[in-house]
Amino acid sequence: MTILRSVILGLLALMLSAVVVPAAESIDPVLTDPAAEARAVEIGRSLRCLVCQNQSIEDSNAPLARDLRVIVRERVAAGDSDTQVRDFLVARYGDWLLLKPPFKAETLILWIAPIVFLLIGVVVVRRTMTRQRPAAAPLSAAEEAKIADLIDERRP
Amino acid sequence: MKAPTHQTEHPHNADAHGHATHPTHPAQHAPHSAHAGHKPRFNWAFILPIAFFFALAGALWVGLYLNPRDIPSALINKPVPSFALPPLPGMDNGLTSSDLKLGRVSVLNVFASWCVPCRIEHPFLTELAKRGDITLVALNYKDEPTAATAWLKQFGDPFARIGADRDGRVAIDFGVYGVPETFVITGDGTIIYKHVGPLNDDAIRDKIVPMIIQAAAKK
Repeated sequence: MTILRSVILGLLALMLSAVVVPAAESIDPVLTDPAAEARAVEIGRSLRCLVCQNQSIEDSNAPLARDLRVIVRERVAAGDSDTQVRDFLVARYGDWLLLKPPFKAETLILWIAPIVFLLIGVVVVRRTMTRQRPAAAPLSAAEEAKIADLIDERRP
Repeated sequence: MKAPTHQTEHPHNADAHGHATHPTHPAQHAPHSAHAGHKPRFNWAFILPIAFFFALAGALWVGLYLNPRDIPSALINKPVPSFALPPLPGMDNGLTSSDLKLGRVSVLNVFASWCVPCRIEHPFLTELAKRGDITLVALNYKDEPTAATAWLKQFGDPFARIGADRDGRVAIDFGVYGVPETFVITGDGTIIYKHVGPLNDDAIRDKIVPMIIQAAAKK
C-alpha cells in the first residue's frame, strides 16, 4: 500500500509541477502606464489572432498572439496613434487581421450584402402577402346555409 | 380567431388563417400578363429565388474547398522589409535584406527545428536548391540556435544563407504567421509570391516554379 501511495503522490507532484512551471514563462507583456496599457488592450481586442482565428490577440494563447501583443505595446509606448498601430500590423498581415473588416471597395459586397438580402426578403414577403390578401366577399344567406349543410353532413 | 403566437411546431404549408403560404399555382402570378389563356413562359417570381439559391450554393460550395488558414500575403509586389540577421553558430553566412537584392531570384524559406511539416518539406527544398536560377535562403524562426544546427546536420543544409530570427520579429515584418512558409523574391528584392505550409511536388511544379520563371523575367 505504501508503494502505491508513493507512486500516486509522485504522479500528483509531477502534475502539479507541470501546472506551476509554464506560468513563469508566459508572463503577459504589460505596460506600466495604465492608460497606455488600456489603449493597447483595446487595440489588441480589435486584432485577429491568425493562428486561433476566432480570437483576438488579447484572448489567444498562441505564441504569435503574444508576439503581436508585445508589438502593439511597443508601438503604443513609442507614441503611435491607434490607427498607426493598426496600420503597422495591417501592412504586414493584410485586412484579415482586423476583426472588423474595413469599409473599402473590396469589402463593399461584404458590408452591403446583408442589407440587400434583407430588402429582397422584405419585397418578397410583401408581394407574397398581398397576393394572399384579396378579401373574401361576404357570403350570402344561401351560401351560409349551404356551408352549414355541408358541415352537418360531414359530422359522423 | 386567435392571432398566431410564436411558432414552435414544424412549419407547414398554411398559416393560421388557412392561407397557402407557398405559391401553389404558377399561373396565379401574372396579373400584368397580356396573354389571355396562356401560361406565362418566364415566371420570374418562380425562377429568381431558384437561380439565387444556385448562385449562393455555388459560391458556398467553392468556399468549402478554400482554406481559411491560407491568408493571402499583404506583401505581394512590395519590397522585402529591411533586416540584418546573424548566422547560426558555426556558420559564416547570416542573412540581410541586401542579400536579396543582388540580381538573382531568391527563394526564402521560413523553418524551425521544432516544426514538423518543415521536416516533411525538407527533401523538396533540397531538390529546389539544385536549380541554377535561384538562391535558396532561410529564416530560422524562433529557434534555439544549437537545436537548429543539430537539425540541419541531421537532415542536411540546402540553404546558401540562414538568418537566425530568434525573436521572430523579422518574420513578423514578412507577415509570417506560421511555419513553414516560402517566399519567391525577384532579383531586386520584390516579393512576388508566398506559399503557406509545407512544399510538395505539386506546389513546386504548379506554383513555385512558374513564379521563379516570372521573377526571372522581371529583372
